[in-house]
Amino acid sequence: MTDAQTAAPTADAAVRAAEALPPRRNRVLAKLLANRMALIGGGIVLTFVLLAVFAPLIAPYDPIKTNFLAIRRPPSELYWLGTDELGRDILSRLLHGARASLAAGVFSVFISVAIGVPVGLIAGWAGGWVDAIISRITDALLACPFLILAIAFAAVLGPSLTNAMIAIGLSAVPIFVRLARGQVIAVRNEDFVEGARAVGLPGPVILARHVAPNVLPPILVQATLTIAEAIIAEASLSFLGLGQQPPSPSWGSMLNAAKNFLDQAPWMSLFPGIAICLVVLGFNLLGDGLRDALDPKEN
Amino acid sequence: MWTLIARRVLIAIPTVILVSMFVFGLQHALPGDPILVIAGEERDPEAIERLKEIYRLNDPVPVQYVAWVGQALQGDFGRSMRTGEPVSKLIVQKLPVTIQLAVASMIFALAIGLPAGILAAVRKGTAVDYAASAVALSGLSIPNFWLGIMMILFISVELRLLPASGYVPFFEDPVGAIETLIMPAFVLGGGLAATIMRHTRSAMLEVLRADYIRTARAKGLDERVVINKHALANALVPVITLSTLLFGQLLAGAVLTEQVFTIPGFGKLIVDAVFNRDYGVVQGVVLCTAIGFIFMNLLADVLYIVVTPRLRTG
Amino acid sequence: MKTKIAFAAALLAATAAFAPQAFAQQSVLRIGLQEDPDMLDPHRARTFVGRIVFKGLCDKLLDIDPELKLVPRLATEWSFSGDGLTLTMKLRAGAKFHDGAPINAAAVKANVDRARTHPESLRRSEVASVAEVTAVDDLTVAFKLRNRDATLLSQLADRAGMLLSPASLDGDVATRPVCSGPYRFVERVQNDRIVLERFADHWEAQNYAFDRIVYRAIPDTTVRLANLRSGELDMIERLAATDIKSAQGDRNLRVVSTPGIGYQGAMLNHNHGDASNNPFGKDKRVRQALSLALDRDVINQVVFEGTHPPTNQPFPSASPYFVKEIEVPKRDVAKARALLREAGVTTPLKLDMMVTNNPVDAQLGQVIQAMAAEAGFDLQLRSMEFATQLRESQQGRFQISRVGWSGRIDPDGNIHQFVTVGGGQNDGRYANPEVDRLLNEARTVYDFAERKKLYDQAIRIITDEVALLYLYNQPWYFALRTNVSGFTVSPDGMIRLAGIRKQ
Repeated sequence: MTDAQTAAPTADAAVRAAEALPPRRNRVLAKLLANRMALIGGGIVLTFVLLAVFAPLIAPYDPIKTNFLAIRRPPSELYWLGTDELGRDILSRLLHGARASLAAGVFSVFISVAIGVPVGLIAGWAGGWVDAIISRITDALLACPFLILAIAFAAVLGPSLTNAMIAIGLSAVPIFVRLARGQVIAVRNEDFVEGARAVGLPGPVILARHVAPNVLPPILVQATLTIAEAIIAEASLSFLGLGQQPPSPSWGSMLNAAKNFLDQAPWMSLFPGIAICLVVLGFNLLGDGLRDALDPKEN
Repeated sequence: MWTLIARRVLIAIPTVILVSMFVFGLQHALPGDPILVIAGEERDPEAIERLKEIYRLNDPVPVQYVAWVGQALQGDFGRSMRTGEPVSKLIVQKLPVTIQLAVASMIFALAIGLPAGILAAVRKGTAVDYAASAVALSGLSIPNFWLGIMMILFISVELRLLPASGYVPFFEDPVGAIETLIMPAFVLGGGLAATIMRHTRSAMLEVLRADYIRTARAKGLDERVVINKHALANALVPVITLSTLLFGQLLAGAVLTEQVFTIPGFGKLIVDAVFNRDYGVVQGVVLCTAIGFIFMNLLADVLYIVVTPRLRTG
Repeated sequence: MKTKIAFAAALLAATAAFAPQAFAQQSVLRIGLQEDPDMLDPHRARTFVGRIVFKGLCDKLLDIDPELKLVPRLATEWSFSGDGLTLTMKLRAGAKFHDGAPINAAAVKANVDRARTHPESLRRSEVASVAEVTAVDDLTVAFKLRNRDATLLSQLADRAGMLLSPASLDGDVATRPVCSGPYRFVERVQNDRIVLERFADHWEAQNYAFDRIVYRAIPDTTVRLANLRSGELDMIERLAATDIKSAQGDRNLRVVSTPGIGYQGAMLNHNHGDASNNPFGKDKRVRQALSLALDRDVINQVVFEGTHPPTNQPFPSASPYFVKEIEVPKRDVAKARALLREAGVTTPLKLDMMVTNNPVDAQLGQVIQAMAAEAGFDLQLRSMEFATQLRESQQGRFQISRVGWSGRIDPDGNIHQFVTVGGGQNDGRYANPEVDRLLNEARTVYDFAERKKLYDQAIRIITDEVALLYLYNQPWYFALRTNVSGFTVSPDGMIRLAGIRKQ
């Protein structure tokens, strides 16, 4: 989601996935497991999650402890990935930074789903002027550049990792509003919904029991792909100095610190960048796999 | 068709108004104000109070908004509080920069994405397909700003092959312009190429499954003719729509890419303005890019209607 | 469709603005700046980098030489009356503005009056002592003062003494300045460049060798240096400390430097809001402990590769007002801990420290954090955008806030507004009546020895009470391509274009 890579294209892929109604969960899982790319993606994500969880046990050094006698050392046996501008071990900071980056990805998407999906459901279900108002606001938000929105929110809230997550989450809300709304409209007139209505079930019950489950698969796909984008967004905000506060590491803030040492200490910018690429690739592969598994046409 | 287009245009109007309200409100919620920034190193408290009065920053935000709208409707978008330059002049100065970068990135993205997508679809399930998908996914996974930094590091600083930054107008010095555009266009276009490739691939696959293609094949037409004449033409429709949308996003300026390559376009202008609390500039430029974005969306809709016969008659 | 046509028209118009311009056979000097300057109106401008551009664009009454002595520019002679309440200046004959108008006493009056009264002037406080300006004759101007003002001459050697064409004063000065310098304004592309061209009628035109000067704003230090290396630029200002070695090793480049006249350090909250209600704000021993906890040499080595000398006072060591007897404290963790114990502080003492969100500040903050921790301080870093930091600081929501000062040639400019009650930069609300008295009096004393005595006393008090935390002196580093010669570095960090040549 840096610059122009927004979620627009993935959104309609997710829509296609939603046409797999009703979901047959076992078959989906089997398809997912048979997809080698998705397995690789899942493997990458799982590995990073484990590294993040066990970072304090694995990391060879304290990620915050400075050592002014070992500043900007190149990779060596002592420091596998070198040291940074304060003599801290980059490998240890990468491992601990994985926590910040993964948390940023997952929590910010959680926020956008938690706000965006209900709002989208309401818009799609209610229709009329409610839908019109929500849709115009969504359009307006989508017309503002994503990163600018995130920067502004982050600046309003004040720089911290938590606030960066909230800022990214808020900026990604319209994507989920639009997706959920589209899904509701698609299923609103399906037989089983008509049936439920004919039986006289109240709206909220139909929405929760019959509509929501059918809306979820594409949301799940979109969420996975948005996590990937949110991780990049967190790195971008931290790169601009609006994310993780020093001395705690995040991959973006490590890149920010490395900015002035491109020439003198390239390892400082190389390794955090590779870490971001890998984990984002993992989420993208997983998201793709999910989409294929949920897509009835891809047989 | 015309009623459809007219309806889309009408819908765009409230969207633009909402964008302007939203941006106005959000930036006034930012901590700090432009006066603190422009009052300078000395920050004479008396000067700060005086300037706040002059720029009417003590008025309630809605009052300020109404005043801004009143002026904007007369074509006056105010001035940069930092440099005193008229916002309209800034927009006219930066627009060609942003468009030049957007066009170059788009050319790059299409030149890579289209053929790769077609090839992947035609050779579905082969190594070519997997390789294309893998490259595309990697393209989507690399943060632009980091790729930009790495390219500056290796290509400009180490190898000294290309200039590290800047903007050269194409019509002034085409060679210089291309030299400065290669890296940013690659960085920006890379991600777009990935998106375009994936869409081309799936559009092609869908078309190749269609009845008329089967018929064409059954008639014994040469496979190359089938692909080039029949399949491609139809597969291009969604790709054109997509490219238009992507171009709309590029108009917002490539925030970090411009930052990394110090390209003086919209993206850099907005970020600097946000950090300097230069309200008028943020307001004017975001509105301008939002209109550009909405316009490209409209254009995509219209194109879709025009090239899809079913909607044209209906 | 109408929108589309309008769009295309705008596009076309925009492209036309960048139509080819003949640069053939012109000598151009291209200078890389660290930031984009602000308004090009000397009375409303505020940035350091803007002052660099004004050196080419606008001439002024006085200037300083590399030894910080005042030298004539448009004023050739100046003297104070016996009571010190009238400053009389003789103006240079034959000098002209860019629009051809003569530079005379009436023009000086118009400019200083604008600096004093324009509602958006940021120079008001600098020339506040001026009660009236009168044109005695065509080339003699008299400044009547409300009170004796020892700082006035140094203000007239900076933006307050720059002269704009009187005819242009009502126009759009900020974007189209009609000034008096050796080069005149051609065009500006915000965030990109400012272009000036030779002003043939300048009184000293023979000393300026270029047809055009192009200032380009390139904030990224690595990219700025890369552009110099590739020959896109001829010289750059503020070479990053960490790039100095590699630039010195490049045989196409030459690095020149001079110690600056400012200082870098941190503002401390003594008396501003709830954040100051703690031993750190109220007990000088706690602040002394923090100062003793820091090894300023290590800061210099780690963050600046040994190029930024440690300091403990507001005046640079080259200044005649520098107090030699006050030494930079050596790090003494044991003594720091003892002071904290004496003050009855339970350690670790939690304090909040604001830094600006750039990599150098973040690094500096973390070095301080690590060293302070060993003496019993728990510094919480808050890294924020500059605009937010200004707001937080103005509202007293900090205990320590990282600040720097580019420095003024008169000692008053480096100290008065930071430590006196009501001073514009005194966000920590440090208050000591004795310091106020000394510094206010020093403003009115013209005799150097007398004045120095007052500053000596004030400096001793504020360093003992640790009013501010002074850390290091920032030198100015410039890098030039070897074919550029004749550039003289000056302690104010400016680029004076006289004498610069390119082979």
